[in-house]
Amino acid sequence: MKAITANRLSDGVVLYLGPDGDFVERFEHAALFEDAAAKLAVEEAQARATAIATAYLIEADETGPIGREALRETIRKSGPTVRRDLGKQAEAQDERL
Amino acid sequence: MYRYDEFDETLVRERVREFRGQVARRLSGELSEEEFKPLRLMNGLYLQLHAYMLRVAIPYGTLSSRQMRQLAHIARIYDKGYGHFTTRQNIQFNWPALIDVPDILDDLADVEMHAIQTSGNCIRNITSDPYAGAIAGEVDDPRVWSEVIRQWSSLHPEFSFLPRKFKIAVTASDQDRAAIRVHDIGLRLHRNGSGDRGFEVLVGGGLGRTPYVAETVREFLPERRLLSYLEAIMRVYNRLGRRDNKYKARIKILVADDVGDFRRQVEEEWGKSDKDRLDAPLDEVLRIRRFFAPPKFEKPGDASVLLAKARTVDAEFDRFVATNTLEHRQPGYAIVNISLKPIGLPPGDISADQMDAVADLAERYSFDELRATHEQNLCLPHVRKDDLFAVWRALDEAGLATANIGLVSDIIACPGLDYCDLANARSIPIATRIAERFADPASAADIGELKIKISGCINACGHHHVGHIGILGVDKKGEEFYQIMLGGSAAADASLGAITGRGFSSSEVVDAVDRLIGFYKANRGEGERFLDAYRRLGADPFKEVLYGDIAHH
Repeated sequence: MKAITANRLSDGVVLYLGPDGDFVERFEHAALFEDAAAKLAVEEAQARATAIATAYLIEADETGPIGREALRETIRKSGPTVRRDLGKQAEAQDERL
Repeated sequence: MYRYDEFDETLVRERVREFRGQVARRLSGELSEEEFKPLRLMNGLYLQLHAYMLRVAIPYGTLSSRQMRQLAHIARIYDKGYGHFTTRQNIQFNWPALIDVPDILDDLADVEMHAIQTSGNCIRNITSDPYAGAIAGEVDDPRVWSEVIRQWSSLHPEFSFLPRKFKIAVTASDQDRAAIRVHDIGLRLHRNGSGDRGFEVLVGGGLGRTPYVAETVREFLPERRLLSYLEAIMRVYNRLGRRDNKYKARIKILVADDVGDFRRQVEEEWGKSDKDRLDAPLDEVLRIRRFFAPPKFEKPGDASVLLAKARTVDAEFDRFVATNTLEHRQPGYAIVNISLKPIGLPPGDISADQMDAVADLAERYSFDELRATHEQNLCLPHVRKDDLFAVWRALDEAGLATANIGLVSDIIACPGLDYCDLANARSIPIATRIAERFADPASAADIGELKIKISGCINACGHHHVGHIGILGVDKKGEEFYQIMLGGSAAADASLGAITGRGFSSSEVVDAVDRLIGFYKANRGEGERFLDAYRRLGADPFKEVLYGDIAHH
């Protein structure tokens, strides 16, 4: 399975494409795609040029990023491992995100 | 300190206005990301893993308290309350929003700072000796010529689209505290046999995937001819440097290919140049020189009764003085290094409150001057010995009194995979774990000078090639591994470390470093540094220490 991740244009925050086509800030709310659908979805995401700076596919399942880039993508998903008080890991309790 | 004139001020303000317009056009969609990226990079703005990152230039590492307070303000208002000092005397903010960056740049311009040429294929921030003007043994203040080069290289139209980035470092001492031998151009100001001042010009040093120690292209260049000679080097590089392959585009490749030919071409280019037009006019050099006039030191005797007494009373203070301070060229004064390597915390990071604390100390005790070092620390260059105890107390209160300068826990580490888009592995956790392993100050003092440098990828921002112990993080099928190299140095005895063998896993690497240090302690001579012991004993016994047991299993 794949997820589509991006960095928001205005502030660089890590985003994921959600099930209703909007970007969401937390991986837990991200949509997972089969390979063929993912390709189309990432192209659509990349076209939203005023919303995001970059968008690309990552390997993922329900638990989070997997595969070769799992560590990098887990750090993006959570925040710096050396500053647990920063990044999404620090905001994880906030259900509005 | 140098103060902007109207040209500097106008140039920086116009650049901020221009970038404000570019950001607006990017946000409205008028500019695509592809079009915008080189524009933001020209203003020091990267996109990293979690957010944008803004790299701010600190010319030759010199800061006033006013500038440091403004950095604290930026950290507080626009970032997450801290900044990160780099190996090129710059500071990076890890979390700025794109929409705020024009305001940040305006705030920086208010204190004569900017982020121009902190990225891209241009001449980057000029770095220099952090002890410039304070340490004995200099033939001049290297910041005079650093500033001349800064002005010449700022928005120089011919050199703003080079084959690759270009880094220049300047020193005026035989002790190399600016890593000049691993820069594209390293300049060492010295006196020749007849007592004239001039530069040894070293070219083609660098780290990254193909590390080289620089070659001396000219032993002695009269100082007034500096700019025309630099111009000749840049022209040869601009003409011959490869643009087809980014991995072979640095000037070091050109120099390593045939240093004799490179030298001949530079001399030929220089020979035909209109030097009097290119070189800095004498009155301008004199104008700049006035900004670097020594502060008005008091003339106390060298011995400080207060200092001697405090050292006998407080052992921690005594250790701090021994480890973090240096003799000043002015009797009665000392250079105070402020370690940004507290045990267990990310190297080079400093909170906004700490920035303010350091600014207060600079203002009160160091003629309003601060320095950033290329080893990711700070320095108060001119502190009266009588004031050292008060400075130490204030540093301790701010959590900045770690007494480990030059020791095992004074580790250079790049941001690595915790922040950086290019990294393959994390650097900071390895640095903090090594520091924690050797946290005991007495044991660290016993180990003595030891430069550990860690990079999270081959680009070598953590200078691993020139660490006495260098550590390079690599990705092996999605897992972090760490290669160890030994015998590097970025000082006057510059050398590149040699890879020891296969990499260690994250859980093995600190033990591996521990074994190396244990072996050194058991085999060193009297007063012999780790690096010197390695050079004397050779690589084999150290490899045996790293891999022997594993091979026997």
